[in-house]
Amino acid sequence: MASSFKNKAPLLTWFATSMVVLWLLIAIGPFIWTVWGSFKVQGDFFSKADWRNAIYGVMTIVETGDSFTGNGYHGAWIEEEFWFNVLNTTVVVFFTVTISLTMGTLGGYALARSGFRYAFWLLILALIFRAMPHITLVSGYLLPFFEWNVWGKLSTTIVVLVAINQPFTLWMLHSFFLNIPKDMDESAMVDGCTRFQAFRHVIIPVMWPGVITTGLFSFLLAYNDFAITSMLLSSENQTMVPRIASFLGSVREQGNVMFAVAAVVSAIVPLFFLVLFFQRQIVSGLTAGAVKG
Amino acid sequence: MVLFIALPIASVVVQSLFVQHEQVMIEVENCGPFKCETVIQADPDATAALRQSAPLGKYNALKTYTNRNHLAFDELSNIWSTSKTLFGFVSGVYNLPFYKALFFTLTYTFLVAPSVLILGLFIALGVNRLPQIVKGPTIFASLLPMIVTPLIGSLILFWMVDADGIIGATLQLIFDNPDLSLKASAPLTWIMLIIYGIWHSTPFAFVVFYAGLQTVPSDTLEAAQIDGASRWQRVRFVIVPYMMPLAIFILLMQLMDGLRVFEPIVGFSASAKATSLSWIIFNDLFGNAKLYGSAAATSMLTIIFVCIILTPVLIRTWRDFNRKGI
Repeated sequence: MASSFKNKAPLLTWFATSMVVLWLLIAIGPFIWTVWGSFKVQGDFFSKADWRNAIYGVMTIVETGDSFTGNGYHGAWIEEEFWFNVLNTTVVVFFTVTISLTMGTLGGYALARSGFRYAFWLLILALIFRAMPHITLVSGYLLPFFEWNVWGKLSTTIVVLVAINQPFTLWMLHSFFLNIPKDMDESAMVDGCTRFQAFRHVIIPVMWPGVITTGLFSFLLAYNDFAITSMLLSSENQTMVPRIASFLGSVREQGNVMFAVAAVVSAIVPLFFLVLFFQRQIVSGLTAGAVKG
Repeated sequence: MVLFIALPIASVVVQSLFVQHEQVMIEVENCGPFKCETVIQADPDATAALRQSAPLGKYNALKTYTNRNHLAFDELSNIWSTSKTLFGFVSGVYNLPFYKALFFTLTYTFLVAPSVLILGLFIALGVNRLPQIVKGPTIFASLLPMIVTPLIGSLILFWMVDADGIIGATLQLIFDNPDLSLKASAPLTWIMLIIYGIWHSTPFAFVVFYAGLQTVPSDTLEAAQIDGASRWQRVRFVIVPYMMPLAIFILLMQLMDGLRVFEPIVGFSASAKATSLSWIIFNDLFGNAKLYGSAAATSMLTIIFVCIILTPVLIRTWRDFNRKGI
């Protein structure tokens, strides 16, 4: 927009700013509220008498002698052994991202250099996997998995997550490699590199932006998944999200809800830092789909 | 090279085979009654253990599709012949689980998608006017509702609208009704879920629109200004048409996401008041009574449904690609 016109309508500017502020309140308010409330006791966070109790922690002072308490976290992480679920999530997410990125970079590079236009079919596959509710796929997986006795294991879940993720990863890295000029690896090969050396010494140093963006989305898929992990994992080695869901099913006795609140906050923290550090990549990844698709 | 191509594709193919395997079994159900019986006898080993947990009969011919829990043709014709008015018919249909879920899924999708589009565009326009320093933090804050795990996001909102939570208690005060509970009434639950959907998806529309706004050619905007277009007219006749492809992209994504709405229903514990197609499948598979046949039938219906909605999009993409190729 032409900058000279920016200050001509103070009313409009005021209106736009207030709308953005309102949106920010709606967007981030619930998070602040829940993080703050997770350090209180249930009587404050779910205060019937006065909502300000949750801010000042009246009941928390009565019950624990301090206006902040880590009881929820202690209960969730140690008594309910939430740390074990966090460990499981770490394993699942790490391997899903690593495997799908390895296969994605190699496959995407090969597809991009092979000349034939795979892009359409990749896009269609990615679209189909994006459109299908994951739970319909799971209902297909469950039966054979029970037969083969591989149900409930972390490795099975990782394979399924990688498979669901792969068309998208391939498509994104494929279009990313298409943007790296072919001249680069051709000149490397003229200089005597083999195809693999060209990939190793020329392509790998310049591919990191695309790989990081794609990796972020694989991470989010694996981390945020509920349908697949809750169906495919036995209750002994659940990941975080289905575990939180089963917190809800357990009795709502005093304090137990706060365990769930603490667990939820713990699960948000990694995402918070992810957005903090990789905001630019997330935005570019989201818009890349729009521009190219 | 071949290996690089083959490995990932093979993994995808292998995985997709499993779904097709499921489909093959359903096709077996579709055949005539005599043929189906022989198939059961020919293939008993695979599902021997599973049949114990699903004693109602997995190979139920087409009946799985037409029974009360799915398409319910008998009940439909029954309701059609008994109900006098259209409203009676609709409310009768609504009591059938599959149609209830379908109805909610469609309502959710077609209310959330347009709201997200409009809200996202306005927020993008608003943020675009902000000074440069605060843009970064604003985008950061806006991304959070979208990035956060859907189940966790819905839980956070759920605790706030709980009868003892901040919003729930405040609403009780405003309406002076201590028994008011968002969980207890079906319409309020629906509204709550739809608001959650808008909250969750608006950031996506906002980010895409915001990125699009940066590429709007300033020449065209200035030309419109010189021609005497007001601010609103510039938005309406220059920016909106320019954003049309982006809007279609967002709409498509929203349709996909809306049709598979699932986590918020678990998070809000709203299954008594609102169910979606995905939730029905989940419910069939979860717990001890694993109704594979029922879940598979619902899955198939969902897949067919998604295909119908996606077909125009796929045809368009196909045409675009061919045009580019020539």
